Amino acid sequence: MQLLDIRNLTLELETPDGIVRAVDRVNLSLREGEIRGLVGESGSGKSLIAKAIMGVLHQRWHISADRFSWCGEDLLRLPYQRQREIISRDIAMIYQEPSRSMDPTAPIGEQLAESVPDHLVEGVSWWQRGFFRRKRAINLLHKVGIRDHQSVLNSYPYQLSEGVCQKISIAMAIAKAPKLLIADEPTTALESTTQAQLFRLLASFNQLKGTSILLISHELETVARNTDTLSVLYCGQLVEAGDTAELLKNPRHHYTDALIRSVPEFQPELAFKQQLYALHGSIPTLQHLPIGCRLGPRCPNARKECVKTPQLERQQNHFYSCHFPLQRSADDE
Amino acid sequence: MSDLIEVRDLGKTYRKATGFFNHKEIIALQGVSFRLQAGETLAVVGETGSGKSTLAKLLVGIEQPDQGEIWYAGHQINCNQYRKTNQFIRYIFQDAARSLNPNQKIAEILHAVLRYSTVLSFSQREQKISQTLRLLGLLNEHANYYPHMFSGGQLQRVALARALILDPKVLILDEALTALDPSLRAQIVNLLLELQQNTGIAYLLITNQLRLVRHFADHTLVLHRGQCLDYGPTAQVFASPQHDYSRKLINSAQY
Ligand code: SF4
Repeated sequence: MQLLDIRNLTLELETPDGIVRAVDRVNLSLREGEIRGLVGESGSGKSLIAKAIMGVLHQRWHISADRFSWCGEDLLRLPYQRQREIISRDIAMIYQEPSRSMDPTAPIGEQLAESVPDHLVEGVSWWQRGFFRRKRAINLLHKVGIRDHQSVLNSYPYQLSEGVCQKISIAMAIAKAPKLLIADEPTTALESTTQAQLFRLLASFNQLKGTSILLISHELETVARNTDTLSVLYCGQLVEAGDTAELLKNPRHHYTDALIRSVPEFQPELAFKQQLYALHGSIPTLQHLPIGCRLGPRCPNARKECVKTPQLERQQNHFYSCHFPLQRSADDE
Repeated sequence: MSDLIEVRDLGKTYRKATGFFNHKEIIALQGVSFRLQAGETLAVVGETGSGKSTLAKLLVGIEQPDQGEIWYAGHQINCNQYRKTNQFIRYIFQDAARSLNPNQKIAEILHAVLRYSTVLSFSQREQKISQTLRLLGLLNEHANYYPHMFSGGQLQRVALARALILDPKVLILDEALTALDPSLRAQIVNLLLELQQNTGIAYLLITNQLRLVRHFADHTLVLHRGQCLDYGPTAQVFASPQHDYSRKLINSAQY
């Protein structure tokens, strides 16, 4: 079933120098049980999109979309209160720096107990509720692989390592059994051995509970290894989307191609200490976005036509927006 | 001897008072030895608390070792000879933007570095600055910019300019590549590789992620709790790590 279906999401901000369109007509969809990666460099708008889904964007942002449906209901058309209810019931998010997204003044046990949703506690008589919540909290900790629950429950966030904090924030997120878990750069602050653990944990929730996951990151490698489908953003435009394996094998857009070729792990023929493939120039700032295809000034293949924004084209499950796409490799034809 | 850096049996212990008369000893680094030759890159890999930052601090002379010797190009370094060693070894930080003074123009920042460490006259310094900026793909006009006027990628170049303006033989990159955006990282890596080919500068890459290590480093040293676990040519360390911890680390980067 289609969980999330967003068509032409546009996010605009009014500034003294005019309207800045930070996210330009982006499509995003997620099926039940799917793990989708959302890749983009800084300024690509990936976190803005996540915030828009969570409904926590600042009021100054102007959101518009042709469709913004969650399980068939168009969220943008619902009254605010109802919107909040649906989101807080179904969607959870974990952040880049877990220790900073927790309350530093309360012990973990208290925060975890608080994250147990009210409807689970309803059947319990009021004098047992505290006990019940604590039991749930311990249970949650076990689920994310923390055995030594007693000492963790009594600790404050600063006493724990980033890795443990991230596990706890996952525990908080899954307390309400969400349908969708949005993970915004969940492993950037972690050690590489802990990162592997964390991805295994996320994968296991996806398998056991069928939780869909939207994995946001700027590293193509991490996302590629852990997702089924992939959407690539550049400067607020969706450049390419499709199945992860297919996308890595046959990128059609020049940006995706550059991303893949800049990672030595994906380039077995690359000799030791050889120059990597890099696009020239740097990411434009929001005030100076190029018109048309925003990759234009950096694209090795740009031509006159590129000043017009390319439409999203489709080939089976593979979407790309480029006037002059790369050819598929010959053996696939 | 052609070793640029030779470190023998380096150790550092921090003492922490836990009462009036008691103290606790924390061993940050113990018995670490390695060599670095011109034109080579050594990757020091380890998690937080593995002692890799302590190692960097000892090398640039911010801290003094309790044990062991550091030799730079055949001379032993013993006390705070910062003025002398900083033309030899330079350090670049993870966050380029925050390591530059926002109130100073790039030219002022670079002049200050040269004034402190060299005896060049003003016009010689000007010349050196414009040379260095061009080397890093920046323009002469950039000297009159303030840090906030640069994009992230250019800032990283400015930080590199500040490190390279003294023509060091060794550059320490402390997580300097980890947090960058991929396309920018490729650019910086290319720049560093090119520089190494042309000038024979040696790099010490300190990182907690194995990404790029295989492509970039000739030798790899795995640190864990202050101890050196594996040390050798990168290909060899990756192919047959000797310790469980190194194996776990390498597997986690590939899974
Ligand atoms: S539309 Fe033009 S500028 Fe954009 S990626 Fe395609 S060829 Fe390059």
